[in-house]
Amino acid sequence: MKIKALSRSSASHQAPGSDVARQPRNLDPSQHPFERAREYTRALNATKLERMFAQPFVGQLGRGHVDGVYKLAKDPKALDRFASGSGDGVVKVWDLPSRDEVWQTQAHENMVKGMCWTNNQQLLSCGSDKTVKLFDPYNTPSKSAPTATWLGNNAFTSITRHRTDPTFAVSSSSISLYDLTRPSSTPTQTLAWPTSADTITALSLNQTETSILASTATDRSLVLYDLRTSSPLHRSVLTLASNAISWNPMEAFNLAVANEDHNIYLFDTRNLSRALNVLKDHVSAVMDVEFSPTGEDLVSASYDRSVRLWKRNQGHSRDIYHTKRMQRVFSACWTPDNAYILSGSDDGNIRLWRSNASSRSAIKSAGERQKLEYDDALKERYKHMPEIRRIGRHRHVPKQVKKAGEIKNEEVRAIKRREENERRHSRKGERRRRSEREKMVLATEK
Amino acid sequence: MIEINEAADLQTTDLVRPNGQIRVQRKKGPPTAPLNPEKEAAKKRQLEANRQYGRGKGINPRSIRDKKVRSNLKALEDRYQDASLKAKDAEILLENSSGFLQPEGELERTYKVRQDEIQSDVGVETAKKGFELKLDGLGPYVQDYTRNGRHLLIAGRKGHVATMDWRSGQLGCELQLGETVRDAKWLHNNQFFAVAQKRNVYIYDHHGVEIHNLDQHVEVEYMEFLPYHFLLATIGKAGWLKWQDTSTGKLVMQMGTKQGTPTAFGQNPYNAILHVGHQNGTVSLWSPNSTTPLVKMLNHRGPVRSLAMDREGRYMVSTGQDKKMAVWDIRTFKPVHEYYMHVPGSSVSISDRNLTAVGWGTQTTMWKDLFSKHVSDQVKVQSPYMAWGGEGQSVERVRWCPFEDILSIGHDKGFSSIIVPGAGEPNFDALEVNPYENVKQRQESEVRSLLNKLQPEMINLDPSFVGKLDTASNKQKQLEKDLDRKTGAAAERERIEELKNRGRGKNSSLRKYMRKKGNKNVIDEHKMRVMEMREEKRKKAKEAKQGRDKEDFGPALGRFARGAG
Repeated sequence: MKIKALSRSSASHQAPGSDVARQPRNLDPSQHPFERAREYTRALNATKLERMFAQPFVGQLGRGHVDGVYKLAKDPKALDRFASGSGDGVVKVWDLPSRDEVWQTQAHENMVKGMCWTNNQQLLSCGSDKTVKLFDPYNTPSKSAPTATWLGNNAFTSITRHRTDPTFAVSSSSISLYDLTRPSSTPTQTLAWPTSADTITALSLNQTETSILASTATDRSLVLYDLRTSSPLHRSVLTLASNAISWNPMEAFNLAVANEDHNIYLFDTRNLSRALNVLKDHVSAVMDVEFSPTGEDLVSASYDRSVRLWKRNQGHSRDIYHTKRMQRVFSACWTPDNAYILSGSDDGNIRLWRSNASSRSAIKSAGERQKLEYDDALKERYKHMPEIRRIGRHRHVPKQVKKAGEIKNEEVRAIKRREENERRHSRKGERRRRSEREKMVLATEK
Repeated sequence: MIEINEAADLQTTDLVRPNGQIRVQRKKGPPTAPLNPEKEAAKKRQLEANRQYGRGKGINPRSIRDKKVRSNLKALEDRYQDASLKAKDAEILLENSSGFLQPEGELERTYKVRQDEIQSDVGVETAKKGFELKLDGLGPYVQDYTRNGRHLLIAGRKGHVATMDWRSGQLGCELQLGETVRDAKWLHNNQFFAVAQKRNVYIYDHHGVEIHNLDQHVEVEYMEFLPYHFLLATIGKAGWLKWQDTSTGKLVMQMGTKQGTPTAFGQNPYNAILHVGHQNGTVSLWSPNSTTPLVKMLNHRGPVRSLAMDREGRYMVSTGQDKKMAVWDIRTFKPVHEYYMHVPGSSVSISDRNLTAVGWGTQTTMWKDLFSKHVSDQVKVQSPYMAWGGEGQSVERVRWCPFEDILSIGHDKGFSSIIVPGAGEPNFDALEVNPYENVKQRQESEVRSLLNKLQPEMINLDPSFVGKLDTASNKQKQLEKDLDRKTGAAAERERIEELKNRGRGKNSSLRKYMRKKGNKNVIDEHKMRVMEMREEKRKKAKEAKQGRDKEDFGPALGRFARGAG
């Protein structure tokens, strides 16, 4: 008879005197009962932990401004420099790691309406005092005079610069392009939609398709221009005016506009008759919007005193940031490393937020990283389970936002009801239902 | 005119169409080429991997219309296949192979091998694992191993309780409780154990200090601990089944079985369902989520004496007072085979590698291959694998030691630990249950298992229901949204109307319904109605026929028509 019985030596699992124990695995499913239920429990715990660790607010930059912060501009060539412009004409430059002011000046007599950094890291700002000024915050001390000034006929509303050429565009009732190398010169080019005479509110040059320029105006229009032919390409009129434009940095033909009707519309510039997506959650006008550097997320600042974060392909916001003291938010932007968000609001503070509320930027051990990745996979797998979805989606919303949301819902439902009633009592086919994504486009012109 | 004639003249067969076109039968898809040997080997390997590590039948993504869903499902399916293949590949890392008893000649029989032969054949370390504790007079002993098989708890009927690290022979604690002890059970690790005493259940820590008195558990006969749910399940003389959460201390659920004193008790380690054997030979299955048994099955003609389930939750072996040992498939609830014994089996236990030990009278018999998950037709085993006993000690309980080739037998003269080659799982997963864990690892695994504690609501016959889409209740919700729906009797009438109005004859809808549902041993109200209707129909047809016969026979002979009376 051949006889063999199991024999394992305990020394082979932990050598005497060592504190390292071997951990052999066996993947046989019969040794791992309840795998589904245990996995679900882990996913639920991961979701709860994520919400427990959600602390979006990092801090504010220095002591902020005396007046409201209406514009923020990031230096595309540096991770740590930001400029902010306030209602009293002061421009400050901030250092992100120390969260402190490094440079400031009284740039304009009136409100700072637009700012952008040039290719050689100089700061352009335009204001309602009809001037565009060029500063050099890296190389000059605070309160130094501008290195160049351009004068216009009207108050300027927005400024944007060309990706490669030494050119910038500013808007008032029309768009003027100036040459950076020729201080106090006259515009090299002027662009306008032939039939419109309203104020242009926002302006943005595409940084990939570098000669495409988009603008929004108070006549509710969204206009595209081509600098090469110095002519407007396209105009579409929305139901309400828009406040800001942001081009998608990864898909250069897509752009987002922040609209007065509380929504953000993503458009494909090749077909402006319908939106790619409508982002709905704000309960007041959206004042600013920006795509993240990855092109996957968006941040929006709103008049309802909140900042919301969105996924490009989802209709509702993935997170809402607010504090008790934050007033109307007029500007928001991502840091170039995609990890943080800055918001400037009416109360004069510039706030720094995490782009992912529960993430921490400290260096993680391999084990920690692995755990977080595993948790993410679990959350993704069980995201449809009711309990996990409920916990993952729950946000505390300020009372006035919640109330306004309820009232807005009621109104929207009433409008819908009325439309349905009208439809029911009119001839068939006379009042077609329009898709939510093309409802707000009133007209398109070429 | 002529053309039409010509067309009419043309012969049409299966190969020629009426318009003269020759039919060509093409197979759909490309011509089948024989698999090259490499591909064939890969396919075979995948099949093998799926058999062991697969998670059930896959979805055929080609049958799905939606493009997005299809590609998502395909990616998922590919990942499953890949995972099972990788798990198969990881088998190379398994260190140990299981033990065995192998006859070398035609005349050798494994059941004739005695313990002393085995002990002389195996290594000294292993031989030491077979031992005997002579504890006369403290009454039949019951025993329990911790989940990793390292610590042993023995409890004598007269109140003697002892714990020990049996491999090193170190005594943990020893108690003389001085009252009847009916059962003893380790909780999640070797730090706590529960003892069912004369009146209540008590929980002791590893020093033997009483830390809890569970006074809601009265006169408990049997206990089970559900390690993933942290539930201590007990059943008492009155037949009340109770689940107590040992991490929060809450009594989760209690319910009466209404079948008198239970005679057997066990848990299905696959789905944490409790099986209770009753005096009348039935076994009922209980979960804390329903006040009625999930399943009742009649296993024996007489009280059930003991029962055990295999770790994959496929088979149950039970013994009864009718001297039978029954093997049941508990997925379909059908008997597999019955074995007859000389004496009713008092205790039965199934090891990790599906060896079944039955204690009967003074003997213990070990069976191999009573069931196998890989064959559809189970064979009836002719002779046992091993045997032990016959020396005058009546066996109270048999239990396998996890991860070891050891069977422990508690009897009226003490406790015996014997070596049964081939019983234990050779390769453990240290992140699941670790027989060689140190203190730090034990503490960590305790915390981890508490974090991953399953809720009692997750106990179900099918444990993988968690995370599945609940289509049934969604359908129900949709139905309830429909305000015009019919309910109650009206709905029932409609259902039956629907059946009525479909044709007659061999394939009438009634017959079809009966044919489809008839073989299942389920009688519901709808089915009763259908059967009634069928009977009515038959009666009507019969009467009609009688009426016809009477008319046919005419006024004089009409009285001879059948049933005209």
